[in-house]
Amino acid sequence: MQTAEQTISSAAAKRDPGVSNPSGEPVIVIRHLSKRFGPNIVLNDFSLTVGKEENVVVMGKSGAGKSVLIKCIIGLLKPDSGELLVFGQDIPQLDHEELDRVRARVGFLFQSNALYDSMTVRKNLEFPLRRHWFSITQKEVDDMVMEVLENVGLADTVDKLPEELSGGMRKRIALARTLILKPEIILYDEPTTGLDPVTGKEISLLILEMQKKYHTASIIISHDMHCVKLTADKVSLLMDGKCYAEGTYAQLERSTDLNIKQFFE
Amino acid sequence: MRITEQSATVPYFSPKNWPSMFLPTKFRRFLEDTGTITRFTGHSFSQGVKPRFELAELIRQCYLIGYSSLGLVALTGFIMGLVLTMQLRPSMVNYGVASQLPVMVGIAIVREIGPVITALIFAGKIASSVGAELGSMKVTEQIDAMEVSGTNPFKYLVVTRVAASTLMLPILVLLGDLISLGGAFIGVNIKGTTSLQLFFRQVLDTLSFGDVLPAFIKTWFFGFAVGVVGCYKGYTSSKGTEGVGKAANSAVVLSSVLIFIIDLIVVQFTDVLGLN
Repeated sequence: MQTAEQTISSAAAKRDPGVSNPSGEPVIVIRHLSKRFGPNIVLNDFSLTVGKEENVVVMGKSGAGKSVLIKCIIGLLKPDSGELLVFGQDIPQLDHEELDRVRARVGFLFQSNALYDSMTVRKNLEFPLRRHWFSITQKEVDDMVMEVLENVGLADTVDKLPEELSGGMRKRIALARTLILKPEIILYDEPTTGLDPVTGKEISLLILEMQKKYHTASIIISHDMHCVKLTADKVSLLMDGKCYAEGTYAQLERSTDLNIKQFFE
Repeated sequence: MRITEQSATVPYFSPKNWPSMFLPTKFRRFLEDTGTITRFTGHSFSQGVKPRFELAELIRQCYLIGYSSLGLVALTGFIMGLVLTMQLRPSMVNYGVASQLPVMVGIAIVREIGPVITALIFAGKIASSVGAELGSMKVTEQIDAMEVSGTNPFKYLVVTRVAASTLMLPILVLLGDLISLGGAFIGVNIKGTTSLQLFFRQVLDTLSFGDVLPAFIKTWFFGFAVGVVGCYKGYTSSKGTEGVGKAANSAVVLSSVLIFIIDLIVVQFTDVLGLN
């Protein structure tokens, strides 16, 4: 039986051939994106491209603007300037309906999981389905709920409340809620933060497994190096609002630049 | 691998900011808050009349807000009617008008005490719970999650709660008034004897259209104010658990103050219209 470390190493080896996914056509294109909050400049001329079925990890210090970046991508925050294309559509220019259509194709896993406290797991999973797919029958809803729950290995929690679940289980349910709409892109906001190392590794492996199963492109915000090594096709280092460095995990790991090295030590 | 140069920091300046910089901080914050809550209220109206309507959530909120407050309103209403009657009796006896006790209590309860006390109880219960609920939803990114799920969180969370609060408070006040009058009837009978039929005939014969209508109308405004303030404080709470506590607390304080201000305005209007 493989240990978690061996699993990670072999998975990372398979995913790190030295170049990032070359075949993927871009599903997210970010050019010269800037965002400030009052006097604080968070993103300053940031650029990034994510190909189809490509996993891009965005690393950076706390408060560097990583979460702001993915909130701009999903339309929760509006950038001040720059271009932000998702499936070729300029997100800041979309109205609510157009944005909702894009959001139906983009999943977002929140750092805090953001499960609705007052709803059971079933209701949590049904919520986005009912909102995006109006003509779906109850039977189809039930089937899809059970399918994603089985995928994350928590079919028996369907009628539980989020407060009855552990941190790792909540993360899995949040991932199930993200997957239920079968998104083409998933944005992960620090998916392993707050979890013990073992559960963190399980979540990283689950992300990878789900990516293979659903063929999603991903942006993963993380500074958990196990998670980065395991999941990244490409790593982008966000510093001072800009993409300071970009490359594969192996390339960045070999870098002699002190700003980059500090993340890999 | 590519490495870009370090960015330069750009000093922040907005031409919109400079006029307000000359005002005292507290006054500026007051003006900002007033502006924000006014926009928030306007947004509640504009979102409330646009489809898609969240009817299922509205009904759920009516049940939660109305039904959950019923016991408290009934208890406080009963005690209020009973105590008011017992407190008024000695003065009424001194003036030799003890027989008018049901009339006096009835008018006091229906015109003023019933709506205001019920609204204050309602504010204490609903504004705080709505403020804390929405505040914690914001802190834990549930509101963002709702938006990402293709739901307009303002419509789903705010409009439904404001509408439920506006619809439920008048009903609670009617029930509270009735139970208060029941308490008053018991109060009258502690040291006297009056039949239930006679008590209510005395009360109803005295009450006019001008007593009931303004009192009923102002309860809609009270309910609206409680709903808007509770939602506003929760929805705009700053991040962190401290922000949630502050949201709940300030929601109760502000909605209670607004209840008295609305009451004052309604009294002035009804006075001008000759309904007093």
